[in-house]
Amino acid sequence: MPETIERVPIKLKVNGKSRAVSVEPRTLLVELLREGLDLTGTHVGCDTTYCGACTVLMNGAAVKSCTIYAVQADDAEIVTVEGLEIDGQLHPIQKAFGESYGLQCGYCTPGLLLSTYQLLSSNKQPNDKEIRKAIAGNTCRCTGYQNIFKAIRLAAQNTKGT
Amino acid sequence: MPMLGSSASTLPRPKPCLESYARSQAVKSNRRPNLSSKSAQSPPCSKIRDYPLAISTALYQGEPVAAIVAESPSLAEDAAELIQVEYESLEPVLDAEQALEDKSILHQEMGTNKVWNGVFEYGDVDKSFQEAAYVVHIDRLHFHRFSSTPLENNVVIAEWNPKDDHIYYSCNNSFPSFAIQFLAAHLTVHIDRIRVQTADIGGSFGIKITNYPQMAVCALASKKSGGRPIKWVETRSEHMTSSAHGNERTFRDTRVALDKDGVITAIASRHIDDCGAYPRYEPLGCVIWSQVFPGVYQFKNARIDFTQAVTNKCPVGPNRGYSRMQHLWFLERVVDICAHEIGIPADEMRLRNYIQPEEFPYTTPNGCVYDSGNYPKMLEIAKQLIGWDGWKKKQAELRKEGRLIGIGIGTTLDSGTNNFGQSQIVNPGAPFSGNSQGANCKLDIYGEVVVAVGSCPQGQGHETTAAQVVADVLSISPDLISVRTGFDTERNVHTGFSGTYASQFAVSGLSAVHGAAQKLKTEMKRLAAFVLETKEDDLEFSTGAQGPEVRANSTGKSINYWGLANIVNVNSAVLPPELHEITLNCRYIWRAPFKVPDKQKKYGNLTLTYASQLHIAVVEVDRETFIPKILDYVAVDDCGTVINPPIVEGQVYGATAHGIGAALLENCVYDAVGNMLTSTFSDYTPITALNMPTVRYGHIETPSPHSYSGAKGMGEGGAAPIHTISAALQDALFSNGIIIEDSFNNADTLFRAVVGREIYQADKLVKLDRRV
Repeated sequence: MPETIERVPIKLKVNGKSRAVSVEPRTLLVELLREGLDLTGTHVGCDTTYCGACTVLMNGAAVKSCTIYAVQADDAEIVTVEGLEIDGQLHPIQKAFGESYGLQCGYCTPGLLLSTYQLLSSNKQPNDKEIRKAIAGNTCRCTGYQNIFKAIRLAAQNTKGT
Repeated sequence: MPMLGSSASTLPRPKPCLESYARSQAVKSNRRPNLSSKSAQSPPCSKIRDYPLAISTALYQGEPVAAIVAESPSLAEDAAELIQVEYESLEPVLDAEQALEDKSILHQEMGTNKVWNGVFEYGDVDKSFQEAAYVVHIDRLHFHRFSSTPLENNVVIAEWNPKDDHIYYSCNNSFPSFAIQFLAAHLTVHIDRIRVQTADIGGSFGIKITNYPQMAVCALASKKSGGRPIKWVETRSEHMTSSAHGNERTFRDTRVALDKDGVITAIASRHIDDCGAYPRYEPLGCVIWSQVFPGVYQFKNARIDFTQAVTNKCPVGPNRGYSRMQHLWFLERVVDICAHEIGIPADEMRLRNYIQPEEFPYTTPNGCVYDSGNYPKMLEIAKQLIGWDGWKKKQAELRKEGRLIGIGIGTTLDSGTNNFGQSQIVNPGAPFSGNSQGANCKLDIYGEVVVAVGSCPQGQGHETTAAQVVADVLSISPDLISVRTGFDTERNVHTGFSGTYASQFAVSGLSAVHGAAQKLKTEMKRLAAFVLETKEDDLEFSTGAQGPEVRANSTGKSINYWGLANIVNVNSAVLPPELHEITLNCRYIWRAPFKVPDKQKKYGNLTLTYASQLHIAVVEVDRETFIPKILDYVAVDDCGTVINPPIVEGQVYGATAHGIGAALLENCVYDAVGNMLTSTFSDYTPITALNMPTVRYGHIETPSPHSYSGAKGMGEGGAAPIHTISAALQDALFSNGIIIEDSFNNADTLFRAVVGREIYQADKLVKLDRRV
């Protein structure tokens, strides 16, 4: 173990706000978000890139923040679940999950919302196969996915044309 | 906040003989709390010393041997790497049957690996076999080890205040009233000085009941640090190797007696349960299964010799369907194998053996009272939903092409609200019986309706349903009711059974809420009658221009909730002495109407309600890859009167995913020397959106006469998919001389069975003795 721990300055934009922080090179993006920036809506479920509870958007792409170093996010634009609200109102995707009973314990939900966001950004009318593929990297242990499929279909309908 | 990291044993059954803590500070308590309990465990396993950190011998890979406190998790991990432990490796015991040979004893103080043994015998078994038209012998069946792995791992924050020995816990334990009973005794702290709070919990499925060893370590670490709060956030690998797995069970030497029509008249069998290295919630599982002793079937005669053993694997804990699903899977395997051997279709075999609708309430051979149900009707609905005749026709056509298509039925039970008196069957000295739940319903100072419950929900909708119940009692909108959920000892609404487990909130939790709301309503009536100068039967509860109110029909005068609360809380001089007992703050404890079971005969009502599930699956085994694929899936549920349809449907889907995952993907695998090979999600592969089929849902309602609302607990789901998929695979592969011997099946096992002929061979596993 080194006597002093090196820290690296990075700049990034998180939910539209510019942040300048210094991090240890080994700090994971999820650790920075949760511990450094107090954005605890991003969760850790598996530590090995399987479950997707830590999914955030990095430059528009859904990524698993447990497998990305914070230094890799230098100059990046990050959106977490806290950034989904629009003018204090839930995002239509969030509303659709609520209305479709697409969550139970809610631990996986932030990651699923962001994977859905990415899906609907590039595909306004996904079919069932595309929906399943888009959230294949998001594990939910409560819902059996059925109501999540319904939620994403509803979100697609509600965000059509936006 | 300082973080706790741990160093876990890396070898199965290692014996640490040198501990070098280098620059790290290890937590070593002088008192060394032993977390086994004479209340929970019976001799000989009550002699086991179950320390939260291994003292001289570690018994399974992943068992914590040291704990480190640091300012961050990464620093704690750095320090953990500096701990050097030299292990002397001992011969691991990984199979429960092998463990019972006692060639290598895990717990010297116990002197045996046998945790518990008992014979559950009812009716006249020997006579039934003498008179049988058919006797089917099944050599071995095996229910595998898996865990429902909540997505949020275990988390504990503990703060031991050195000034008054008060311990504060913020954690996600899902049965805190049980945990504090262990912790208070072994940390030698008065139970009233342990405060436990839970908030929203990221799933438990029972697995978070047994994290009290880590809760003990956190408290001791806090004490050692002078009272600083200590946080422990479990990693996924820690969770997989050392939190809790579901019980593994082997069924040996099963004999089934049937009459000439294929009606089962008796079953005799030996069941061996593997509880891992330490019996924690155990040996309770040695009796819990008998809540569903005959499953959904009519047979009256049975002899089950049940034994539990320790092995060098992760300790088990209650896992969704705890101890009953293993037995229900066994019964469904028996029914399908017998049907095939005798030549009766699987659906017809069930209809001949089901308990019939007119027989409810039905008393089982061991004294349990099944409240209500209609299994033939559920089968009929499920067959309609799946398109049974169409699939049968298609199956016959595809089989001609050599395709391996199977259609399987699984009928199961979800017994809820258990009688803790059954613990006395495995431990006659256990001071537990009955079941209870607490709730509080009050008008706060400004007239807000506030409800508190002793449960710790994880998305089961307790807030929603509790508000519904109170709203019904007071005739107001559920939106006007604040429900305080999450467990908190200082709310004073818990009993020793409070928590969220064992499919019971709809009955125990909501009965307590209902009782508290009724008490409040009674007090509100008395008070309103005094204020409005009328009789109580003249009053009506409704919502007026000034919010919820109580109105006198005769005069039209009313008082709203603020007015009532004002009088009691801040304007009490207007109250006459005879109304001083009114508090508008009503605590109610609901108690289940149970008796203590007969310990000798192992007889009594062990559970209050019996929800049932009937699933049908169509599965194809790929002829090239042997990958099993679900082509169609139907789930029909009966949980009595449905309180909230989307919640019930959501629970059914969730339990179905757990079952399908367990049947095809999720298996806790150990190698020959006890290394856990599935210690990450990448290896354990929880079910995803890609391999979860579309589930078609149906339901019936047979109201329970045992609950005030007719509802039954239903959260566990009875693991119906495991039975159903085993049945479908069996149907697909019978003609290949295969018996589905194990509850876990993937391409590898099916290939080894069909091509390798290494396992599952019908000629070795099953024998039919035809006497007609």
